[in-house]
Amino acid sequence: MTDTSHGTGGLIFDKTKRSWPNEMNIVLALIIIIVIFEILGQVLPYMKDQSFLFDTRGRYDSIFNEARLQIIILQVAIIGIIALGVTQVIITAGIDLSSGPLVAATAMIAMSFGQTELVNGFSNPKALFGSWAMDLPVIVPIAIGLAFGACIGAINGTFIAFLRIPPFIATLGMFLICRGIALWWSGGNPISFPTESYKFIGSGMMPVVWFLSLAAVFHVIMRYTVYGKHTYAIGSNEEAARMSGINVKRHKVMVYMIASMLAAFAGVVLAAKSETAQAGMGEFYELFAIAMAVIGGISLQGGRGSIIGTVLGAMVLGVIRSGFTYIKLDGSYQLMAMGGIIIAAIILDQCRQRNKA
Amino acid sequence: MSDQIVLKTEDLTKHYGGVHALEGANFELKMGEHVAIMGDNGAGKSTFVRQITGVEQRTRGKISLYGEDVSFAGPLDAREAGIETVFQTLALADDLDVPDNLFLGREKTFANWLGPFRLLDYKGMRQATMDGLNRTGVKIPNIRNTIQNMSGGQRQCVAIARTATFHSRLTIMDEPTAALGVQETAQVENIVKKLKEDGEPLILISHNMRQVFDLVDRIIVFRRGRICANLMKAETDPQDVVAYITGAKTGEEYKETAL
Repeated sequence: MTDTSHGTGGLIFDKTKRSWPNEMNIVLALIIIIVIFEILGQVLPYMKDQSFLFDTRGRYDSIFNEARLQIIILQVAIIGIIALGVTQVIITAGIDLSSGPLVAATAMIAMSFGQTELVNGFSNPKALFGSWAMDLPVIVPIAIGLAFGACIGAINGTFIAFLRIPPFIATLGMFLICRGIALWWSGGNPISFPTESYKFIGSGMMPVVWFLSLAAVFHVIMRYTVYGKHTYAIGSNEEAARMSGINVKRHKVMVYMIASMLAAFAGVVLAAKSETAQAGMGEFYELFAIAMAVIGGISLQGGRGSIIGTVLGAMVLGVIRSGFTYIKLDGSYQLMAMGGIIIAAIILDQCRQRNKA
Repeated sequence: MSDQIVLKTEDLTKHYGGVHALEGANFELKMGEHVAIMGDNGAGKSTFVRQITGVEQRTRGKISLYGEDVSFAGPLDAREAGIETVFQTLALADDLDVPDNLFLGREKTFANWLGPFRLLDYKGMRQATMDGLNRTGVKIPNIRNTIQNMSGGQRQCVAIARTATFHSRLTIMDEPTAALGVQETAQVENIVKKLKEDGEPLILISHNMRQVFDLVDRIIVFRRGRICANLMKAETDPQDVVAYITGAKTGEEYKETAL
């Protein structure tokens, strides 16, 4: 037995030995992407020396093009809220496909309790319920929306944890069920004209405020609480987690509930932002949320990734979308390019894993 | 070595349908004693351990731990009662670091009123991990490393360190060095010796004769689901043990029962 076999350093806790965090790679990618768009803006003949990031109108009080920055983050804020929950699900080595339709269903349900009675002096033409459901305090639509999300999440989690249905299948079923609920709730009609206070939670930059504050909360939860530690443990080695005394089934139900509540909250905010709710809302949101997590370095095998990664992933997606629009790329090309980028992100992740092993 | 009995089984029996995997095992482990369980494949060694650790439910018989009759519904119960098992397949989470794994499922926390969102006491866990590793003499360059970046020996050491950190009342190791290289084996053996010095009782399942003679006080031989010998190390030698394992010899007190 020699000391050299397992390091002479013994048991010294060496802060400098902490490895380069994955999140830095995403920051790097973000910077590279911005630089590329900046260069394209200068180079492409039809762009006439525009700047992607910087202000070109010669104002004295600003360097950056704030309008664009605001749009970038506003575009991704609502899907970002969903992605925070999807991140946790993926860390347990699961997947949640039901979040997009859940957004639509929640938007419908919440909006029907957030309507105002009189629109310009006339009674609300889109009223779903009688006057008892009109002009309720803002907490009512929020609470009902979150409760609905919690129910859906509990059903998802129960099917996955207790009945051992693969997460992909269980949430795919819930995907259709939620879309159905969204259509059934008002018979396919849009629900509109929210109260002022309900409108406020989705107005202006409020979605961004929600996104960033929820991200901060869940960053702390995932990193510094027992809930977070157990979530990582389950995704990393479910058997070990069970042997260690973690109630894996109950924990999974909790994770799916939290994820669905976040998606439901996104629905509540989206309805407020659009000032209307339609059954077709939130199309592809679940896929974009998963894409944000994956670009943010969350491993689909579970156990790896962080909330910060997902926030950065959301930013990458937002910058790419905004950049494509900026260089006037057609919508159809945008989708194709975005798909390519998501696949590239996964390939990069796998290369990184292989190098580590 | 005091005379307090750590673990005692009486007539411990396990049948899988018609297969009598374990038949009437009477076993005793005293305080501070290290006992090896040997035997051919299918002799009932692992079955015996599985009954004690609650992984399976026994068909018949009694188990008592520190004089108290116990009946574990699952491995967790056994763990809570202080039986710490190092399984062949290490129950470690690859993406977590050493303290996280050591304290998995029993984290040190504060602000406990937050329920599932109670906060982790990283500092305390790190400190306790260091203490535990120091006590066992385990050397791991950086405890903040995740398990996936560690060698097989280091992983085994982490699994064993768990027992030391929590002052388990009984440690069971199921072939802890079967998959390890020479140096790593030596490291694990050193830890076992350290446990011996500290007077921690241990049951070791091993096929490695040298290792068994190096580490333990007493050897129990299983054959065809029955105990066929109970040998003090000082009164036996490897050839003798082999004779018992293969069935060429049977211990005096087991003449009646062993096949």
